Amino acid sequence: MSYELIGITVLWLFLYGYLIIASIDFGAGFFAFYARLTKQDHLINRLISRYLSPVWEITNVFFVFFYIGIVGFFPDTAYYYGAALLVPASIAVILLAVRGSFYAFENYGSKKSLVFLFLYGATGLLIPASLSVALTISEGGFILKQGETVSLDYWELFTNPLSWSIVGLAIVSVLFISGTFLTFYASRAEDHAALKLMRNYALFWSTPTIILALTAFIYLGQHNERHFQNMMDLWWLLGLSVAFFMIAMWLIYNGRRYGLAFICVMLQFFTAFFAYGIGHYPYILDPYITVQSSATSPAMGFALVAAFIGGLFLLIPSLWLVFKLFLFDADYVKGKK
Amino acid sequence: MAIDTVMWSRLVTGLTLAFHVIFATIGVGIPLMIAIAEFMGIRKKDPHYTLMAKRWARGFVISVAVGVVTGTVISLQLALVWPNFMKMAGNVIALPLFMEVFAFFFEAIFLGIYLYTWDRFKNPYTHWLLTIPIVIGAGMSAVFITTVNGFMNQPEGFVMEAGQFTAVDPVQAMLNTATFSKVFHVLSSAYLTGAILLAGIAAFAMLRKGVSAYHKKALNLMMAVALLFGMLNTLAGDVSAKFLAEHQPEKLAAAEWHFETESGSDLILMGWLNAEHEILGALHLPKFLSFLAFGDFNAEVTGLEEFPQEEWPPLLVHYLFDLMVGIGFALVAISLLYFLFKLWKKRNELNKWMLRLVALSAPLAFLGLELGWFYAEVGRQPWIIRGIMTVEEAATTSPTIRTLFFVFLLLYIVLGIVCVIVLRRLFNNNPAEVEMEKWAKEMHNQTIDKGDPAQ
Repeated sequence: MSYELIGITVLWLFLYGYLIIASIDFGAGFFAFYARLTKQDHLINRLISRYLSPVWEITNVFFVFFYIGIVGFFPDTAYYYGAALLVPASIAVILLAVRGSFYAFENYGSKKSLVFLFLYGATGLLIPASLSVALTISEGGFILKQGETVSLDYWELFTNPLSWSIVGLAIVSVLFISGTFLTFYASRAEDHAALKLMRNYALFWSTPTIILALTAFIYLGQHNERHFQNMMDLWWLLGLSVAFFMIAMWLIYNGRRYGLAFICVMLQFFTAFFAYGIGHYPYILDPYITVQSSATSPAMGFALVAAFIGGLFLLIPSLWLVFKLFLFDADYVKGKK
Repeated sequence: MAIDTVMWSRLVTGLTLAFHVIFATIGVGIPLMIAIAEFMGIRKKDPHYTLMAKRWARGFVISVAVGVVTGTVISLQLALVWPNFMKMAGNVIALPLFMEVFAFFFEAIFLGIYLYTWDRFKNPYTHWLLTIPIVIGAGMSAVFITTVNGFMNQPEGFVMEAGQFTAVDPVQAMLNTATFSKVFHVLSSAYLTGAILLAGIAAFAMLRKGVSAYHKKALNLMMAVALLFGMLNTLAGDVSAKFLAEHQPEKLAAAEWHFETESGSDLILMGWLNAEHEILGALHLPKFLSFLAFGDFNAEVTGLEEFPQEEWPPLLVHYLFDLMVGIGFALVAISLLYFLFKLWKKRNELNKWMLRLVALSAPLAFLGLELGWFYAEVGRQPWIIRGIMTVEEAATTSPTIRTLFFVFLLLYIVLGIVCVIVLRRLFNNNPAEVEMEKWAKEMHNQTIDKGDPAQ
């Protein structure tokens, strides 16, 4: 396998990793705020902050990791996406900045504040919306290029149903993924009140998720025929995705094996995300950037792959340690440590 | 001068970095102090030091949060504000950027574990061991990101062909000639600033509420660390000056207002320039510039006139340089004075004036840091990659950058203010002595519960 293919595969895996853990984080922020508004916060807030406090920084790193990786492997992406996304990406990073720091202020600071919690909850939904613009413009047709100047076609972006369905899908998937994870976490903590609430949230957000996924898929077909056809050729991956979704829903509905249910949700998104990604190949930005045309020099590509492998030797054991201490340690989850 | 998109791009990046560097330095410097304090606590069985580590760690998380988010902002701004720069230089600097994120990842993971595992291990050293990956991760991310800045000052590790980098050697680009002196200066100043900050806080607390055992120990410990890193930092500054004299003479010449190449050149302190570039009202130290640059009072130092005037850095950097160096020496002098007072029995090292000086040195250290970075960055104008790409060629062309400047300005004002409020609330409502007493009571109760009053 050539290094640029390894590069894009690894980066796609990291983006998937970010999608899952960031969704848990973003959704949790929204649920925490919503629960406070509906006066149910005593049920779930402690649970949420117990999970999030040790890991929020890690979530942020996943994002920076993907971003630095893609600019490193494919420097042309910096030029096109950088120039076109100046405004939406700046909004996203401002929201990320507000969210990250206010999370720390709220949790490690001394006073609990509704304003902080509101900022934390609201940004949790706005960030996925603003980040999903990058996915939308990768489909092509949203970039204006005049000579050397690249800019975003806002009119096209705001009037196109594809961009709205992607935004919608991003938001509801966040709530769905987060809901199923927190259901699992509550069941580990043997916190029955929180479990009941989170299970309702998870069940509620499953329907819009599947509807918007279908909608986005249909609009994708109208917008980018090539991508749509490629994905249709991967019908079995999409089929698997739907199957995992149904297993997860069946488990949660019947109130058993929440851990397995969450794994099924992860697999559901994994298969769909990879079907989407493979279908996109070889374009990174249709039609300007392909994986091959934008790849960095072989020496740098090799160095990046080497650094990546070296880094994994550090990361995997440390991530395992985090999981062992905070996720699979029953006493910690229950709040006894 | 009308402000164009290039200038706005400069301002946006300068603003973000000036804000980020405060928190980034805390992020690099403080973990070492926490590690030292916790180690002392375990070693001496003195709960004061353990409490120090706990309190510092608590404040540290708040500032780290701001450091993390502004770091994310700057990493994205690299491509958003300077798309042409990233497109070209991405081929050469991607490796250190990538490794920086790894180092940061490593630190983030262990910081999370560290904060939530106090009292979770039987052997206290196990918990202390967790500080090592945090200190290393924080230090290494500074090292890697500094190599990127080194590359922009001293681009190496590639062949230029038709305006593109070819035959790239990423490792050579990382280990460019500028890297060593820069990394040395960045790390020593970060540890110095970390120690001075904590010493300043202790001094400030004692000025307000009188001398206490906890703050006295904190001050003593941090002043010792500050003295050590203050001296290392002076050495690092000297190494950097010698590097500049050899490899970037125009930057040093601009800092020293050294226009004509000559041997045995004077070092010029402060002063001002008239329209004919004559220096007025300055203090001249004969032949000191030659000594500073080459370790020889009669060495020849290249003057600015050897360079085309459009490649001159702004001459304003002279003040930045002088003030930075002045502050660096003042910090060493203050920590030396403190220990002289300690040794000299008749004097009380905790007298009001000494404490005031120490408290003042904390903001001074941060000012010195900002001035140093402004000197380093403004001093290589007009280049973004020295000798290869100018700032004009690299900037975004989007006029929106102007609005974004104000949006980001607002963001940093809000973050800065809220951060200070939260930190004040965290510590003012819970002074060290009160926490110590509460803690001692708990420990006492526990030993009674265990039926072991002898402990």
